Amino acid sequence: MDPARKRTIRLTVALTAAVLLAGALIYTSFSASSPAKTPSQLMAGAEAGRSYQLTGKVAPGYVRRGNTLDFRVRDRSGRAAVPVRYTGTVPDPFRAGREVIVTVRKQGAGFVGERDSLVTKCPSKFTDSKRST
Amino acid sequence: MPVLGRACLILALVACAYGIGASLYGARTGRREWADSGRRAVYALAGLLTVSFGVLELAFLRSDFSFATVATHSSTTTPGFYKGAAVWSSQEGSLLLWAWLLAMWSSLVLFSTRRRMRDITPYATAMLLGFGAFFCGLLVFAASPFHVLASAPAEGNGLNPLLRHPSMMIHPPMLYSGYTLFTVPFAFAVGALAARRVDAEWIRSTRRFALAAWFFLGIGILLGARWSYSELGWGGYWAWDPVENASLMPWLTGTAFLHSVMIQEKRGMLKVWNVSLVLATGVLAILGTFLVRSGILDSIHAFGASTLGKPFVAFIALLAAGSIALVVSRRDLLRTENRLDSLLSREAMFLLNNLVLVGLCFVVFWGTFFPLISEAVTGQKASVGPPWFDRYTVPLALMLVLLSGIGPVIAWRRATAANTRRNFLFPSACAALCAVALLPVHVAQKPLALCMFAFAAFVAGSIGQELVRGVRARRAMASESVPLAAVQLVRRNRRRWGGYTIHVGMAVLFVGVAASSTFQHTRDASLVPRQTVRVDGYDVRYVKATGRVADDPDGTGAFMTLGAVLDVSKGGRHVATLRPARNYYPGDPSQGTVGQYIMGDATSEVGLKAGATRDFWVAVQPDAGWLMKVVAKGNDLPPSAGGLALAAIAQRYAERPPPADFRLIASPLVTWIWLGGMIVAAGGLVALWPAPDLARRRVTASLRARVAQELGRA
Repeated sequence: MDPARKRTIRLTVALTAAVLLAGALIYTSFSASSPAKTPSQLMAGAEAGRSYQLTGKVAPGYVRRGNTLDFRVRDRSGRAAVPVRYTGTVPDPFRAGREVIVTVRKQGAGFVGERDSLVTKCPSKFTDSKRST
Repeated sequence: MPVLGRACLILALVACAYGIGASLYGARTGRREWADSGRRAVYALAGLLTVSFGVLELAFLRSDFSFATVATHSSTTTPGFYKGAAVWSSQEGSLLLWAWLLAMWSSLVLFSTRRRMRDITPYATAMLLGFGAFFCGLLVFAASPFHVLASAPAEGNGLNPLLRHPSMMIHPPMLYSGYTLFTVPFAFAVGALAARRVDAEWIRSTRRFALAAWFFLGIGILLGARWSYSELGWGGYWAWDPVENASLMPWLTGTAFLHSVMIQEKRGMLKVWNVSLVLATGVLAILGTFLVRSGILDSIHAFGASTLGKPFVAFIALLAAGSIALVVSRRDLLRTENRLDSLLSREAMFLLNNLVLVGLCFVVFWGTFFPLISEAVTGQKASVGPPWFDRYTVPLALMLVLLSGIGPVIAWRRATAANTRRNFLFPSACAALCAVALLPVHVAQKPLALCMFAFAAFVAGSIGQELVRGVRARRAMASESVPLAAVQLVRRNRRRWGGYTIHVGMAVLFVGVAASSTFQHTRDASLVPRQTVRVDGYDVRYVKATGRVADDPDGTGAFMTLGAVLDVSKGGRHVATLRPARNYYPGDPSQGTVGQYIMGDATSEVGLKAGATRDFWVAVQPDAGWLMKVVAKGNDLPPSAGGLALAAIAQRYAERPPPADFRLIASPLVTWIWLGGMIVAAGGLVALWPAPDLARRRVTASLRARVAQELGRA
């Protein structure tokens, strides 16, 4: 087999492998992902047992009992509020008014947060607003 | 003073515009004085931005709250060191730091190349000034650091307590140095393509700048990981957070470039690939800068929506489109001189290494931007988590480590059975030995980790073998003593030995990552004093609670610190006494008599016992419910009694604490990650250090380039 043909075969094999791997990657990313929802979207329709990424602001009045945190997440515009029961690490910046991301699953009337999935966004360092509680 | 700062920024923008015009005119007409003038515009930019930065820095250090930026990001209670570093905790200040570092590094690079590559440097100057113009434009029109408040407040907001850690303060300058240095090879690549001079001389210079950029960016990333581990209360060092990923992507393509450029130097292959990598790295660096401050992706670093999104996206699109256009229009220049002879050769291994690195970059890119991609495709924003990232990056990382062991010992062009046997026997034996030795220690249950350890042993074996052979050869030639031979060996080929050191460092780092993520033991426990809990064979006894007021043991400006003293022992033998704590920072007066002192932010001071084989990590969270109740009672008191009430709270906590939540993590080999990083840094320095015969090599390279060009083969 002359070198040019060998090279063409090699290139074809390599490209096919790359396309297949990329395809596998892309396919699994869609099935392995959790949809991001705001509280109002979550209240509108959430399947039981499916995990969602809830993003929103912490509503004032949260209760900590030992390792469990009961808090409500409301829309940025402030309309709907979703109750979440969460167990696990609570990040340092967590407090009312801060933006959070937490993976939740519907259970009965409320939502249960996945362990250690709570992320609090760094409070607005890059905006002009004065710090609020 | 703010006027001086702002004036300098406007002048800087003018200097950029002038410099771009002068350099391009000089390049097109071949008139050297115009090109030199363009270069001096860069020096002027550096000078102006230094003044600007100095004005802002001084304002922070003096707590001049008439500056809006100072008022929102610093306070009189912020400790001195952190006041100075608070400059870059703000959007405007960090942009100014970025622009300043760009100007300084560009000046250094253009000064050192002022007599060389005269065809290319004017275009590179224009490109660098283009970057400067973009950032100065943002500083002048969109995010001015010199915005003045109508009436200066008496006290500022203070620096976010999470940032009051030394690592966090050097982390941005290191990262930005990395990002800005990556614009240099980008600019020189653009210049080389524009001037139609893609030859050996360009390669040699670009490689050096890319290595320096890679070095700083790598240190920046590692510092971020270290900060996350030792300061944040979750005990991890990498979360596949979008902003972390944004800094990793240019580092991955930069690493790929540093390898593939060797193939171009030695065999004139992969030219299109190389320029594409350099250009992609530059674009990714700007993309990384953009991601941090745009708020388009949900991240712990996300800083809310900002107005800078659109200009950045436009700029990145322009850079990407321009790069593609340039490469396509110059593809006749980039024809390969040689072809791949065999898949079992060093060239093939380098190519494979590149594919793995670019593959890794693609995985990280896809996962990071997935929310936007899924929104575009399905209308629904969805995100992928760390398990998805791990699934694809772990096998790729394994391949990378293995390749880093194979590459140095496989032959160029074509490996024969004989030299393969000779070169691979010892390293393979090391790997097999390592695997066998680890089998009894329950490692076999985790095949991926076992593979990583075995591959790391392979790398150590192959590089050790090279070292021994090199020293032996030198001793035979020059009859030097062993240590001297080793030193001379490295001195004569810093690039190679720097690279080998980096490979060893990376192997050590990956061993640390594999061990600490696979064999970690975590335990959450709610304890009162004198209770004991067991984690991975360690007995941890909660000795007593501590409460301190206005003590500020860590020098971060905390008003109250509530903590615990823990006694860690193993098999009856005392291992460590850990003192995890929680710092409470001032809020604002509306939070009440007591609340104003401590209901601001809170941070965790981690109790860490680092060891060569195992890290013991613990964080404590005093019962927040109890604290809020006590603070509410204290708020009933008059403001003057605030301090006393605080002292009473701290004392009460120390004497009769409510149950506190502890997170205890025992991780093996975490120290190897930091150790590996330091070895990589040392290797980087060795590789970067100017070789003794640099001048000679430079001249021969440029002569070679000239001859090649005349022969029509540049």
